[in-house]
Amino acid sequence: MSKNIENPVTGRFGQHGGQYVSETLMYALDELEQAYAYYKKDKTFNGELSELLNNYAGRPSNLYFAKNMTEHLGGAKVYLKREDLNHTGSHKINNVLGQALLAKKMGKTRLIAETGAGQHGVATATAAALLGLECEVFMGEEDCLRQSLNVYRMKLLGATINPVTSGTKTLKDAVSETMREWTKRIKDTHYVLGSVMGPYPFPEIVRDFQSVISLEARQQVLEREGKLPACVIACVGGGSNAIGAFYNFINDKNVTLIGCEAAGKGVDTNMHAATITKGRLGIFHGMKSYFCQDENGQIAPAHSISAGLDYPGIGPEHANLFDTARAQYVPVTDNEAIAAFDYLAAKEGIIPAIESAHAIAHAIKIAPEMPKNDIIIVCLSGRGDKDVASVAKYKGENIYE
Amino acid sequence: MSKIQAAFKNKKLFIPYITVGDPDLNSTKNFILALQEAGAGLIELGIPFSDPVAEGPVIQRANERAMTNNITPEDIFKMLESIKHEIKVPLAFLTYLNPVLNYGYDNFFKRCTEVGVAGIITPDLPFEEHSEIKNFTDKHNIDIITLASPTSSNERLEKMAKAARGYIYLVSSMGVTGERNVITTDIKAITSEIKKYTDVPVAVGFGISTPEQARDISKAANGIIVGSAIVKLIEAHGTKAAPHIAAYTQNMVNAIT
Repeated sequence: MSKNIENPVTGRFGQHGGQYVSETLMYALDELEQAYAYYKKDKTFNGELSELLNNYAGRPSNLYFAKNMTEHLGGAKVYLKREDLNHTGSHKINNVLGQALLAKKMGKTRLIAETGAGQHGVATATAAALLGLECEVFMGEEDCLRQSLNVYRMKLLGATINPVTSGTKTLKDAVSETMREWTKRIKDTHYVLGSVMGPYPFPEIVRDFQSVISLEARQQVLEREGKLPACVIACVGGGSNAIGAFYNFINDKNVTLIGCEAAGKGVDTNMHAATITKGRLGIFHGMKSYFCQDENGQIAPAHSISAGLDYPGIGPEHANLFDTARAQYVPVTDNEAIAAFDYLAAKEGIIPAIESAHAIAHAIKIAPEMPKNDIIIVCLSGRGDKDVASVAKYKGENIYE
Repeated sequence: MSKIQAAFKNKKLFIPYITVGDPDLNSTKNFILALQEAGAGLIELGIPFSDPVAEGPVIQRANERAMTNNITPEDIFKMLESIKHEIKVPLAFLTYLNPVLNYGYDNFFKRCTEVGVAGIITPDLPFEEHSEIKNFTDKHNIDIITLASPTSSNERLEKMAKAARGYIYLVSSMGVTGERNVITTDIKAITSEIKKYTDVPVAVGFGISTPEQARDISKAANGIIVGSAIVKLIEAHGTKAAPHIAAYTQNMVNAIT
């Protein structure tokens, strides 16, 4: 069965999305689309996935009331959705277990993945080890240095790491290189894309697997507080934890959805990754969406202290949530993220991933202005162990890892 | 029949690719004239892009060299305008979509027509997404060169062939651009499938570098496209590459005719 290729308008989120890839990859995307359409309704598949999520990854994750933070800020109640407590330390495992299981059902024996901070690479290497699949991870050379601990972690899990030396040697180049690798070998290989980006059906598949975050959080907050939150806050690079945290609240029109983009050294400099704030409509990495680019349509190098947010684009569903004003996107600088990193460690005894610290920073900003009976849910997308050394370095302290 | 398709009439074409602005814009001008003089039947001109996802290392490096010159699409149009009256062979742009979207589709294809570019090859625009630009290419009479690959199903080949204009660019093998020692794809099987549905010529590219490969593959095709092997000569000889790429082109032309 094949889809109607004269009427292609599948996989769109408003004007965004689509399948802007080489002809060679269309085969792989069609195959994936058909397999996913089948397995997402398959009882056995969903049963096995739930089993993995619950008994291997440790779901459901807690919705934790940050009492000290709430009291200190003196405004809205702050809850943290503890994705940092998942196995491998971030939300990335939700998507990876789904895709790895799907790949296995499709008869694939090899997984390839891009990674920025290394969280998605570690999660993919983990799932590959568990399910007996071969694994190769592509990671910018720059990021390999910034996150050497995660590089070793992936090796320990049996993955091969390919440092990417093309372009800016960061996440966008890792994505390009993984796409190149997939074009070479699609028969036995599945590309485990780590975010809600790239060509259709990836933005939908990854969103579906990550939507467990808001599925749980919505239920948890209703049980706990008997009402919905005033807002949900999450950090956004490609946007996978954010779409996961937003998705089941999209129809709750009174819940404000806020994505925090990496503003790096500031949106008035050229050292940032603030796609919605500073980007324009573009086509790149298989999708139409917003991208940071120069006046000639060349993709701009992104900058953020967080390797996981260091991407010059944003997933197409987020671009559409912005166009339709259903979600808002705010820039958060490196300095603000570092302050939030320190703050959460000191106030709650939780060291957040530097990515997640961007979301914490915005909660710190808005909670005091909100009424005390309002609720904020912050998606704490990952834990910060991986960032301790680089934060120390940022503050001028050198520690041995 | 489009200008591009007409160029294939009664002959097999050798189609070289170069990246515009590698190593600089003035050299590109000389290279185009040298390639034409040496017998190229059509020339593919790559617009430099920051992230050329379909390219192997050789053409990636060419893009990087060209990018250091900060060339704008307008610079490229002006350069082509300056040699418009000397160019007899059709020209086609090979470009990723983002610089074109950014320039504005209508204006971009209008300028193409003005400077004598007759076709566009976009590695990130599969058949399903042609509607992205088709209104504009039709309006300005620019051929969208359809790409086919060893992974294209017969059903897809039929649909693509029936809609094709100019020529069909058959990607010889999996992966990105770059030389390959052996091409294992059954080119003849794919071209015969395409020929069931269209008279539009089929040119084969990706991985071809030697006259032997060109001779062999051209038996089942209307044209041979070579990029990386030529770009490598430009990488080695820089601004002085014109005689080298001309000699290479003559060899390849002789091999397929």
